[in-house]
Amino acid sequence: MYFSHILKSKKIALSLVLGVFLTFCTCKTFAIQHEEGHNEAAKTETEKEFNPSEVILEHIADSHMWHLWGHTSVALPVILYTDKGLETFSADKFEHGHADHAGKYYTYRLVKDKVHIVAENDTLLSAATVLKLNKKLIDLSITRNVVSMWMSMILLLIIFLSVSAAYKKREGKAPKGLQSFMEPIIMFVRDDIARPNIGYKYQRFMPLLLTIFFFIWINNLIGLVPFFPGGANLTGNIAVTFVLAFITLIIVNVNGNKYYWKHIFAPDVPVWLYPIMWPVELVGIISKPFALMIRLFANITAGHIIVLSLISLIFVFKSAYVSVVSVPFVVFMDVLELLVAALQAFIFTLLTALFIGTAIEEHHH
Amino acid sequence: MELVTPEIGLVFWTTVSFLILFFLLAKFAWKPIMGAIDDRERSIEDALLKAAAAKDEMARLTNENESLLKDARAERDLILLEARKLKDHIVSEAKEAAQKEGARQIELARIEINNQKNIAMADVKNQVSALSIEIAEKILRKQFEDQGKQDALVADLLKEVKL
Amino acid sequence: MIGSIAALGAGLAVIGAGIGIGQVGGKAMEGIARQPDAASKIQTAMIIAAALIEGAALFGVVVSFLGLR
Repeated sequence: MYFSHILKSKKIALSLVLGVFLTFCTCKTFAIQHEEGHNEAAKTETEKEFNPSEVILEHIADSHMWHLWGHTSVALPVILYTDKGLETFSADKFEHGHADHAGKYYTYRLVKDKVHIVAENDTLLSAATVLKLNKKLIDLSITRNVVSMWMSMILLLIIFLSVSAAYKKREGKAPKGLQSFMEPIIMFVRDDIARPNIGYKYQRFMPLLLTIFFFIWINNLIGLVPFFPGGANLTGNIAVTFVLAFITLIIVNVNGNKYYWKHIFAPDVPVWLYPIMWPVELVGIISKPFALMIRLFANITAGHIIVLSLISLIFVFKSAYVSVVSVPFVVFMDVLELLVAALQAFIFTLLTALFIGTAIEEHHH
Repeated sequence: MELVTPEIGLVFWTTVSFLILFFLLAKFAWKPIMGAIDDRERSIEDALLKAAAAKDEMARLTNENESLLKDARAERDLILLEARKLKDHIVSEAKEAAQKEGARQIELARIEINNQKNIAMADVKNQVSALSIEIAEKILRKQFEDQGKQDALVADLLKEVKL
Repeated sequence: MIGSIAALGAGLAVIGAGIGIGQVGGKAMEGIARQPDAASKIQTAMIIAAALIEGAALFGVVVSFLGLR
């Protein structure tokens, strides 16, 4: 892209060399500290060993609390659907995982931001296992990601309702303000994503493509903001990308025409190959949205992990001087992530359009 | 492993929220926006088409004008030519008629002249004969005033008569 | 131990993706140099191809996530 000239700068090259050097240096010190930590862990609990992977995973995972600053955080409502009924309480009751909450039906405990049922013999049953075993507990809490998603939805609604109002008010005139910012993007989705890939029937799918595009994009961008309005890792959550990919799967297969199904169930191969072809084609149906799901999830999560790892370096080395190296890298990564945010929204929408296009394509053999 | 296991709660909320967002945006945002954009594009296209049509019409009109002018000019020439022909025709006809009339008049005049001449001649002849008789009478009277001469003449005449 | 092996696996996946995206980018550059007029089309195609390759690498990364904890 356009970053190559940055690498030519002497300062950057110097800091790169320094960074690599420091990495090796601190690997040693880290190892030493690690040993020391083992010894000291028993002595002092307050000076806990900094574990970057734990911190990073905590940041990219979902949570029942929304950390604002310092020790201030907002407790979000916990909604549990148990076999005995619905249970609602504030996540405050867990006191950051230090206390159990005795609800109406069960006693609950928060372990690693997951609600578990505490059985009488004090063994833990997680939501997932309980669900599997006897469908006792479904966690429908309003978590950080849900709140973040709702905020992004409100933002999207405000933006696009005002834009559509502007279209009504300034009918037939040139766009202005926010409208003129959004119109090229909408036109881009229409002319570069929908029309070339779907064909002349593109108009039916425009609302879906536009919603997917802007939903992913705005949530990618909000995810990049490190403090309050952001801070959630929505599009880097497999559940969200799963839903998006599942919607794509449904739309593609509902709209698949007879050529599409013929290609799957009666391809142009000898009949005795059908038993082999069917599983392959069925896997193909699933694997396309699956790839979409994994791509978005992994891209956004990987970006967050890299940024957080670079920041963690400062705490791993326990030295403010490391920030001289890591902060420019974080800035660089954030700029790259801005690009990735738009790119992933584009790719997801483009591939959705492509799959829809292949499903509704009219073949003329 | 935990990271790649979708949580059922978030799946539920995402599905609900996304569908609500989709329907709200589709109904209240995308429909009007796409409609407005399409309308504007169509109107621009229409305007362009109309401009092209107007240009064609203009060219056609100009052509028509020119051809009309050409026709008019040709017609004018034709009319002029015809007029000239007619004029020539009329002139020549008039000339012919005049000539004919002249000739007739001349003929009439000649006949009249002849008539008059004949009358005059007859008159002259009568007068001449009267005069001649008068003269002859006078001469004869003069001649025969003398008896002798009368007798001589008779004698002559008698001599001439040979019986 | 599993985490380290997973990291190694992720690294190997990244090597493949790096080579692939490098190829795509290089060929795209050549294409653009040869036909600057088609730059935008080539760029779009390049981004799509790169994203698809990246997707393959990310499968590797996700598999390494599976090894976490």
